[in-house]
Amino acid sequence: MNQKYEAVIGLEVHAQLSTITKLFCGCSTSFDAQPNTNVCPICLGHPGVLPVLNKKVVEFAIKLGTALNCGVNHKSIFARKNYFYPDLPKGFQTSQYELPICGYGFMILKDDGEVEKKIGITRIHMEEDAGKSIHDQSGFTFIDVNRCGVPLLEIVSEPDLRSASDAAVYLIKLRQIVQYLDICDGNMEEGSFRCDANVSVRLKGEEKLGTKTEIKNMNSFRNVEKAINFEIERQIEILEDGGLITQQTLLWNADKNEAAPMRSKEEAHDYRYFPEPDLMPVVINKNWEAEIRKLLPELPEAKRERFIKQYNLPLYDADILTQSKAISEYFENTIQFTFDYKLVSNWIMGDVLKILNERKISISDFSIGPQSLGNLLELISTGQISGKIAKDVFMEMLLTKKEAEVIVKEKNLLQISDVTKLENIITDILQRNNSQVKQYLNGEDKVVGFFVGQIMKETKGKANPKTVNELLKQKLNSKRPN
Amino acid sequence: MLPYKSHNEKITLLKNGSLDLVENVKYFLSEIEKRKSLNCFLEIFSDDVIQNAEIISEKIKTGKAGKLAGMVIAVKDLLSIKGKRMTCGSKFLENFYPIYTATCVQRLLNEDAIIIGKTNLDEFAMGSSNENSAYGIVRNPVNEAYVPGGSSGGSAAAVAAFQCDVAIGTDTGGSIRQPAAFCGVYGLKPTYGRVSRYGLTSFASSFDTIGAFARTTYDVAALMEVISGYDEMDSTSVKYDVDNYSEDIKSFKKFRIGVTSSLIHEAYSPEIKSKWIATIEKLKLLGHEIVYIDLPHSEYSIAAYYILTTAEASSNLARFDGARYAKRSNESKDLSEMYINSRSEGFGAEVKRRIMLGTYVLSSGYYDAYYLKAQKVRRIIKNDFDKCFKQVDAIIIPTTPTPPFKIGEKTENPLEMYLSDIFTTTANLAGIPGISIPVGHSENGLPIGIQLLADQFNESTLLQLSRQLEMYNYL
Ligand SMILES: [Zn+2]
Repeated sequence: MNQKYEAVIGLEVHAQLSTITKLFCGCSTSFDAQPNTNVCPICLGHPGVLPVLNKKVVEFAIKLGTALNCGVNHKSIFARKNYFYPDLPKGFQTSQYELPICGYGFMILKDDGEVEKKIGITRIHMEEDAGKSIHDQSGFTFIDVNRCGVPLLEIVSEPDLRSASDAAVYLIKLRQIVQYLDICDGNMEEGSFRCDANVSVRLKGEEKLGTKTEIKNMNSFRNVEKAINFEIERQIEILEDGGLITQQTLLWNADKNEAAPMRSKEEAHDYRYFPEPDLMPVVINKNWEAEIRKLLPELPEAKRERFIKQYNLPLYDADILTQSKAISEYFENTIQFTFDYKLVSNWIMGDVLKILNERKISISDFSIGPQSLGNLLELISTGQISGKIAKDVFMEMLLTKKEAEVIVKEKNLLQISDVTKLENIITDILQRNNSQVKQYLNGEDKVVGFFVGQIMKETKGKANPKTVNELLKQKLNSKRPN
Repeated sequence: MLPYKSHNEKITLLKNGSLDLVENVKYFLSEIEKRKSLNCFLEIFSDDVIQNAEIISEKIKTGKAGKLAGMVIAVKDLLSIKGKRMTCGSKFLENFYPIYTATCVQRLLNEDAIIIGKTNLDEFAMGSSNENSAYGIVRNPVNEAYVPGGSSGGSAAAVAAFQCDVAIGTDTGGSIRQPAAFCGVYGLKPTYGRVSRYGLTSFASSFDTIGAFARTTYDVAALMEVISGYDEMDSTSVKYDVDNYSEDIKSFKKFRIGVTSSLIHEAYSPEIKSKWIATIEKLKLLGHEIVYIDLPHSEYSIAAYYILTTAEASSNLARFDGARYAKRSNESKDLSEMYINSRSEGFGAEVKRRIMLGTYVLSSGYYDAYYLKAQKVRRIIKNDFDKCFKQVDAIIIPTTPTPPFKIGEKTENPLEMYLSDIFTTTANLAGIPGISIPVGHSENGLPIGIQLLADQFNESTLLQLSRQLEMYNYL
């Protein structure tokens, strides 16, 4: 990026809420149903139907607002956003325009250099999702109305972000918060967590904002970062060439790694917002708000601090373990079965996350539960198996779904810590490898590794490494002529 | 001729066996057949009604029948009844069969009423003469050269022509009261939020109400008693106890009644004026106190009304686009052509006019000057009424500026047509109830109605006054 310029970025995030029913009717929100089965006259927009607000959505909005330090408007109103599209049965989307449910808030971010930044949250509002249009190769368009009326929260940030990586950090953090609040699954690929970016650039030190463009259709964190960087570079190039930025909406194409303008016809909308006459204003009394605040779970930052204090974990570990609520819960469940917190942390950050990433699954789909992992690690802590053997047992557990104790017993993997037994093995090996003993006595310490290798080979890796090390050094040193 | 005047008499006859419900239903069917030229009905449930009459007769015999047992009701074709075609008076919904039943219709059915059919109306309830129906005009039963009023013209005419006991209509700016006046029947528009709108095809959501037409005050009361009340399916319906209207009307309570000259323009005919004054005199004779009041902003009501209702309508009618259930044009190359052609072919001229007007007033750059300003006017008018109702229990004004006009007389001049709502729109702007009471006829024998308005949820006051005037006429 040209150092003369700075980017100004604001994000609009749509979080699809994980309520059981839709925003204005009793239909299920489940997304894997057959097309057009989660529908009723209301979400089909039949003549004469009226919306009835799902209070759970208000509760979710207040939770998120509180987590993002927003003010809650004690009276907010719904508005109609009018436009025609086949997957919008009513011909308008019921949303909020003036008087959204939550007003100004903020989020504190740390950039790469750990410098704190305060990112303003302009507003949070409730709205309904539209359906899906599926364009067939035959030229037909099919409509699936299942998603119509699924509740969304739109979270609009102030243009306080200054780089694509800032934007990504903000987005990751926002996702972490909605997941902690249990209000949205945060799945960007499946579209339950969507992001549009408003991007402009200006010369550093300049107060006035440049002309902004809006980028849509970025369905992963990586794409958000790439698309914003693309747009920043594109705008700078235009300005450097003496051109002007056109205010427009661009669609990110992840395959081509570029953003192209939407056809102007598609964006020439006058949405004719006006207050939704079929719904009363949403009135939130102080008691209700207080009730909801009480239900607020521990948020990521608080949990991270607690992990550091309570479990004596390094910041790095606490950070990773609390990135996802599910992982942090997995950690806390695992330590019910073993006491070496750091060992548990290492295993989760290493082996467990590696498997999750490889298999692209979430912790809830991971076959080794906290108790099973805890029991495995307890075998290490109590010296019954070595860490190295434990890795094999872990893989075996994944394959066979058997418990660690069972595998260890079946395969006879218990560690040999018996001193007499190990002494006999060591004596035997030293006798068979006289030349290496001489090397050691001549000061070549590295041959110790050779002996350890031999011992482990002899014991199929089951020898307790600590005991082996001690005994081996004793024996070797005893061969030194006095 | 019917052997009863109102439902309380009918139920007695049904119970003692001197009236056969099946024969009664057949009588209505034959009256419909006899005066087909009136064109009141878009759908007649001939087979259903006889079957239902048999079932309900049994229920009456065993003493298990509901409050409205055997009441034969026509429903404006703007309300959903599951499995029965609903056109809303539009070509667009020529083949539309609702998949659910409106709350208000369900409440009638729960009380063993018999729905005889769906009545004609101005397309999507937009009109004051019933000349805007895609299924032909409705004629005034008193004189077929005249309009029955609108938009619930079919319902009003069906009641006046003895084609049913009572009828359900809807009132967004006068669509019950004006046709009631033109056809010479009682027509009540309740408080906004009194009757659930669930299942009523929206014209202007914050104005639409569902009410009743009948030949007696008692029947209006009995019907309103059943359909009123909170419904969880309609967030704008109000949790406010429903009075026992049919009992209340037996009282001879005296009220303070407001008279205002604020709404009276030169535009209205001397015949209306004389009936209005005569009715005021009757009320005095009945012992009510007459008080002069002022509604200073009512001259702005028509403008505010047409801005706000068309704005809401433009959005409410967006769902009719040819993409799903409304009839799609065959002649389209792409999506935007499908919208344009389907809507051009589907909607009639008046509906298009209002959609355009509504779209315009909501457009960016015009919103503040029209929509927002009209909302302010609406609040001011509401405040005027609030002030008045601190002084009086009811207000008496004409229902219409003129007696019924001839078919075709105003179709070329929409603005003049809009002005025929001058006395009725204020009640919808303020959300208050109003009733039109038949008070006699014009020189050439056409019905004239006078309107009473009351404060929110004071339907009982209106019905009591209506009943007293009705009794007076029998004296
Ligand atoms: Zn639904």
